[in-house]
Amino acid sequence: MNSLTLLMLLPIIGSIAVAATPKANETLTKQVALATTVVVAVATIAMAVNFERDNVDLQFVEKYSWIPSFGINFALGIDGMALVLILMSTVLAPIVVLAGWNEAHGGRWSVKVFYVLILVLETMMIGVFAATDVFLFYVIFEAMLIPVYFLIGGYGTGQRSAAAVKFLIYSLFGGLLMLASIIALHVMSGNQGGHTFDLAALSQLQMSSTTQNFLFLGFFIAFAIKAPLWPLHTWLPDAAESATPGTSVLLLGVLDKVGTFGMIRYCLTLFPDASKTFTPMILVLAVISIVYGAFLAIGQRDLKRLIAFTSISHFGFITMGIFAMTSQGHSGAVLYMFNHGFSTAALFLVGGWMISRRGSSTIADFGGLQRVTPVMAWSFFLAGMSSLALPGMSSFVSEFLVLVGTFTRYPVHAVIATFGIVLAALYILIPVQKALHGPTTPGNENLSDLNLREKIAIAPVIAIIIALGFYPAPLLKVINPASAHVIAQMGFTDPAPTNGDK
Amino acid sequence: MEFVAPVLNYTLLSPMLILLGGALIGVLVEAFVSKALRPITQLSITLGSLVLALVQVWRIRNEQSMTAAMGSVIIDGPAVLMQASIIIISIISVFLIADTEHFTALAAALPGSDEERHALQTGNQVTEVYPLTLFAVAGMLLFPISSDLITLFVALEMLSLPLYLMAGLSRRRRLASQEAALKYFLLGAFSSAFFLFGAAFLYGYSSSITFAGIRNAVVGGAGNDVFLLIGIAFLSVGLLFKVGAFPFHAWSPDVYQGAPTPVTAFMAAATKVAAFGAMLRIFYTSFANAQWSWSPMLVVIAIVTMLFGSLVAIAQRDVKRMLAYSSIAHAGFLLSGVIALNKAGLEASIFYLFAYGVATVGGFAIVTLVRDSAGEVTDLNRWKGLGKRSPWVATAFAIFLLSFAGIPLTSGFIGKFAIFSAAYENGATSVVIAGVLSSAIAAFFYIRVIVLMFFTDPVEDGTSVEIPSGLTSIAVIFSLVITIALGVFPAPVLNFISDLATFIR
Repeated sequence: MNSLTLLMLLPIIGSIAVAATPKANETLTKQVALATTVVVAVATIAMAVNFERDNVDLQFVEKYSWIPSFGINFALGIDGMALVLILMSTVLAPIVVLAGWNEAHGGRWSVKVFYVLILVLETMMIGVFAATDVFLFYVIFEAMLIPVYFLIGGYGTGQRSAAAVKFLIYSLFGGLLMLASIIALHVMSGNQGGHTFDLAALSQLQMSSTTQNFLFLGFFIAFAIKAPLWPLHTWLPDAAESATPGTSVLLLGVLDKVGTFGMIRYCLTLFPDASKTFTPMILVLAVISIVYGAFLAIGQRDLKRLIAFTSISHFGFITMGIFAMTSQGHSGAVLYMFNHGFSTAALFLVGGWMISRRGSSTIADFGGLQRVTPVMAWSFFLAGMSSLALPGMSSFVSEFLVLVGTFTRYPVHAVIATFGIVLAALYILIPVQKALHGPTTPGNENLSDLNLREKIAIAPVIAIIIALGFYPAPLLKVINPASAHVIAQMGFTDPAPTNGDK
Repeated sequence: MEFVAPVLNYTLLSPMLILLGGALIGVLVEAFVSKALRPITQLSITLGSLVLALVQVWRIRNEQSMTAAMGSVIIDGPAVLMQASIIIISIISVFLIADTEHFTALAAALPGSDEERHALQTGNQVTEVYPLTLFAVAGMLLFPISSDLITLFVALEMLSLPLYLMAGLSRRRRLASQEAALKYFLLGAFSSAFFLFGAAFLYGYSSSITFAGIRNAVVGGAGNDVFLLIGIAFLSVGLLFKVGAFPFHAWSPDVYQGAPTPVTAFMAAATKVAAFGAMLRIFYTSFANAQWSWSPMLVVIAIVTMLFGSLVAIAQRDVKRMLAYSSIAHAGFLLSGVIALNKAGLEASIFYLFAYGVATVGGFAIVTLVRDSAGEVTDLNRWKGLGKRSPWVATAFAIFLLSFAGIPLTSGFIGKFAIFSAAYENGATSVVIAGVLSSAIAAFFYIRVIVLMFFTDPVEDGTSVEIPSGLTSIAVIFSLVITIALGVFPAPVLNFISDLATFIR
């Protein structure tokens, strides 16, 4: 079986086809790109159907020798967590292409280049979640930066090149710290029975606790920059403000998930003891992120920056769920990653349409959109409700699981984090009120409502948000075994629930 | 005293002999062939002898010999690998050198004199750069296979003297070019003196000038250690000067900037392979058992070199100077391969040297293309918007820069990973950490150039990109293919290196 390789090849083939389309026929270019992403999404769904939910081992495993002298393999395989994230990425891709149909026109380069970059990025998004060889993961982790860099710098708005450089420098710095850790792993594996980068084999390495702590930090800082965790988050608002909405969806929705995914897949698996050592510190950072992100979101005047700060708060929840070391917390964190992908996509895409219609991203410039453009306003409202985790929306389930999972072991953190929910209500309801309700701000009277293409793009996102809000079981059944497996491997058992009657 | 005729193994020495023969024919061509036919004749001879030499190197790849030239040279796996790298890099460089536009018509004429103008107007272009290149390459081939200090010194001078001349051949800004040549020559002579001084001390220590003899003395431990330490220190000065490591780097930015760009490319890439080749051999064989005498010194030099090169490169506004400081930083990275002192370190160094050399030639090839009416434009501010005007040229340059920065899927990344792993294996953690940090610093200025090219609007100042001539295109494409291939599928080359890379002693 080599279905994962095939899945990775599909977007590449698509990108070649895109490159071959005539320059004058931009519609054809977009259609080819859309068709490719749809095919990839369908293929992923087919794969998800064949996935054995209760099997905690890696599935769809494949392995080819790549650089034998360093023990590097092109090795892929997915567990429930990876499957969910790949599913999220490939389902988001066609939505992004369809929603951002005209995004590439303001760019420095042609429309073709935009879609080639998007498709190459899609291949890497699949690969980064599917890699089971640490070196392969690192290669994709770093190589992914290049298309994103050009997407932000070439097609964004405002201070796009500065934002792109900031993004790249932060990420490269983190990546190089990780490289130092990977080099140490490489040498240690060589001393303990032959060079290898196989994740399972590396997790068996013997190392002193000091070494483990340093190597853990190398990985963790790289992931914390990516995720982004306070105080390493400062690149994100700039990048999100400058990037096109579609790029922002891929950046915040998918790429940043590599950070939280990496914490589980690499930090916890490779360095279980160090993870336990650093847990108190990381939990504090996570709680700060939750509250800090929420406060700053309230203060934002720019719609895109607001969404970026809400994400910092949400990534705080995800990180807290991961390091709470309970199976609910874990499942909640993974589900949160999936849900955050869609609710952020909804916010960015609808926000992007509002901005492009109004020609401004300042929240105060909107007002009374409910009357002028009801469909757009309702979509934004629903996206906002999902972001503040209203019961009935998918985010509620995951946020609740994270809080429950954290409370059983770290009640104080969970209680403080709960304030994040209250603040979330503020940061969403204030812009909703300003932008959608009240009298129509002069200049907005003639804004057009969503057209058919935009409706088709946003409908599945909102459908998924609501469907999973009421019935998250299909995903949780895939995630739970994987989460329980990770927690058990770490040597944790869930604390018994306590109640006030005792 | 009875005269013993020297016994030479001509097959094993043939790569150098072919090049020297080609160079001598080139001198004759310069004297006797008409000026119309000269460029093409010289180019064919040069390329022909380089290719022939490469074929010869390939044929002797599995040979091992310590007696090929009466014990003066060693032919072994690393020797073959170094020689092959030098020849391949030289071939790519020759494609650039073939563009006579860069070279003064009459090097002997005073800058700005009537004679010079006359030579230029009548198209009386001399082509002595070809034989000079071949002489230098022959010296470079000898350098890493020398097995005694005298041969090593002869090779050092043999590769340096033509380079001093070549640095002064630029057609534009001839005074700067001549200043560069003079500076290179004076400092080079100075470092040669240090080198000889060190050799004398090593002779005093071991009463031998051969590497094997020095090694035996070090292993035996009977000699005067002070002599050994002074000898190693002074010899290192000579070698570190050639590779451009801190604090012996001062010549390189000026020379890189002043020399004609094809010569800079050749010098930066090929000299580094040769000098590191010799350095690896002498430190891995003769001085291996005195590791604790020199390793701390090299660790400090490596760390300072990496950080210094990366930090100072940030402040550069000239693309050639920036590449010069970047090459200083790379010298620091390469020193960690010497410090590693294990088989992994040797393999990694050879891979790194080849990958870096090829990318360097490719990078300078791009520099030769960006011109205005007065010649090359090296001011980075005028590279703004290059990606808009000539996207392929800018993309190629970006890929070379990404390789220098060590971004995955380029050869630079594999090299960096390999060389730092080897250094870490030997416990040189500090070097690895400094290397990673300076890579992060270095990434900043490489990316800044990419930003300038792609994300800044072009300024209308008459800067244009020359449509690459056929030969320059070959050089760029060749370098590009190697840079990407070694980044994506390095396994065949790594295996080839791994099979051969063992020094015989």
